[in-house]
Amino acid sequence: MSDVVNNSMNEADNDAVAGNDAVAGNDAVAGNDAGNDAVSAAVIKEEARLERQTDEGAQQLRPRTREMVIAGGGMWPDDELGDTMIINMGPQHPSTHGVLRLMMELDGEDVLQIKPVIGYLHTGMEKTGEELTYVQGTTNVTRMDYASNFANELVYSMAVERLLDVEVPERATWIRMLMCELSRIASHLLFQATNGMDMGAVSMLLYGWREREEVLRVFEMITGLRMNCNYIRPGGVAADLPDGWEQRILDVCELVAAGVSDYDEMLTQNPIWLERTVGLGVITTEQCLELSITGPILRSTGFAWDLRKAQPYLAYDQVEFDTIYTSNGDVFDRYRIRLYEILESIKIVRQCVEKMPAGDYRVQDKKLTPPPRARIDESMEALIHHFKLFTEGFKVPAGETYVPIESPRGEIGCYMVSDGSAKPVRMHIRGPSFYNLQSIGPMGSDSLVADAVAIVSSIDPILGEVDR
Amino acid sequence: MADDTAREEDHEAENDGDVAAEPISDEVAAAVVARFPGSVFVESHGQPVVYVDRSVMADLAAMLRDEEQFTMLVDTAVVDHLLDGTRVAIPGVVAERFEVVVNFLSHTRNRRIRIVAEVPLADPTVPSLTPVYPGANFPERESFDLFGVTFEGHPDMTRILMPDDWVGHPLRKDDAAARVPVTFKGDPSPR
Repeated sequence: MSDVVNNSMNEADNDAVAGNDAVAGNDAVAGNDAGNDAVSAAVIKEEARLERQTDEGAQQLRPRTREMVIAGGGMWPDDELGDTMIINMGPQHPSTHGVLRLMMELDGEDVLQIKPVIGYLHTGMEKTGEELTYVQGTTNVTRMDYASNFANELVYSMAVERLLDVEVPERATWIRMLMCELSRIASHLLFQATNGMDMGAVSMLLYGWREREEVLRVFEMITGLRMNCNYIRPGGVAADLPDGWEQRILDVCELVAAGVSDYDEMLTQNPIWLERTVGLGVITTEQCLELSITGPILRSTGFAWDLRKAQPYLAYDQVEFDTIYTSNGDVFDRYRIRLYEILESIKIVRQCVEKMPAGDYRVQDKKLTPPPRARIDESMEALIHHFKLFTEGFKVPAGETYVPIESPRGEIGCYMVSDGSAKPVRMHIRGPSFYNLQSIGPMGSDSLVADAVAIVSSIDPILGEVDR
Repeated sequence: MADDTAREEDHEAENDGDVAAEPISDEVAAAVVARFPGSVFVESHGQPVVYVDRSVMADLAAMLRDEEQFTMLVDTAVVDHLLDGTRVAIPGVVAERFEVVVNFLSHTRNRRIRIVAEVPLADPTVPSLTPVYPGANFPERESFDLFGVTFEGHPDMTRILMPDDWVGHPLRKDDAAARVPVTFKGDPSPR
């Protein structure tokens, strides 16, 4: 006790706290008056600590919740009793999914508070979007959420089409839906892989990657690229489906379904996995709604909200699937939701294969979509259209619109403003990961350092989309 | 494109006379316009949009949340209209350089509404919606960082994407892209 008081007394002297007329030397014995002063000094000091500024702004530290127990009666570290410390995790850390930095206020190994610091992957893609024509724009947005690029391309294309008032052909709609669901499968497999690795189930990384690779091979067959496909474009899609796509996709569906049942067997009933995830990083529906959190995190709190059901776009009202939701809002539930959503996506993909309508894969408007390659060799007009489209692009009438769709991470939206030229005035993407990162606050408080990794992983942030 | 001209003419016809006299097709927008005089309702590609004075933003957000069951603030964006030559003029709205655009979503009523506030360059401030919808925290910081629009009442109005010592606001139209010179091996450091 006397140690504490002495320590505080010194502080009181240094800070010249008002009203202390005692000369109170440094070795002053702790009397009653001095004790009271020490208490008030401690209060002031606590207030100062709570308002501590760092180069990241005010940290709003929380009042200490527990007394620190010190073994051996000495002071460790050589600091005042029970002070918390701020530790940075990242930006380069294998489990931060890209370059995310977490400022964690620690009391021993207890995390009192987490604040995400982002911007390390900021490449000004929204600015770039203003420099590119609408034809080139999908090449840019596809690189935002690189784990589910089709959602970005789709939301961009839908915004352009709404400004143009263009209806895409039915086949194009179904191809888009097919690709988006395959993309959701690939994204959730990526989550299963990295989530497993973050929690120490390293074999999950190999299994998840194995199945995802098969899906990416399908992307390569259809679009020519494994990632960042730039396949969905304003007016339709870039190319028709190749020969033999049905069997190839059905084979992959079977493979992924088998994989999912393996993961389910391996993890969902695994006592170690349950111990590590159940009851961890809990968030409530109210917190999700007020923090603008969407997607699997919102659904894990018992709130069955899926834009594919609630505000159907493409042809989601013509396929049968279920919205997966659970009620605990913890890390385990978010893992489970993403696992079973893979199965729902497989359902949709199978229906797409079955019901794929015949017809054109893009709008037959020479001002909007390029002519077929063969036509360029025989028609001067086709050559001109092709040249004009890829040099000048097409003009979009002045206006503004916001288009939301459901990406694997939640609501992705595109707010687009046009001034009637071939480039947008503003192309803003509402990235779900950006908003979902705000959930680290309520989820991560009062956890352990080791659990913080699991919590970040369960948010499934893609930093390319967070920073754009 | 002919369709579009027709649609614009429709808009003009709708808004030519007394704005309030026209029935507003969207019930929430009607309630907003009734509560905050001077607000202008526009339908933009089938979506309800209300242009409001920026001073009422916080009250409006509270009203949407408490009375109209708008459970979520979905998105906040800023638009810089500096170089926008053919900007669509909206009758009853004094166009300024910046527009703060906020999208709200009601899960219970399954509807959306978009609120737009005009912000001049001379005084680029807007009341923060973070006290009403905490989810506006990050996007408002982003808007501040990239456009220099300050959200008053925001608990932590700092840069979020750009480095802390960055000068300027990169998404403004007069902030030149690639202002940082490209350096080659052996060049003196730019800093």
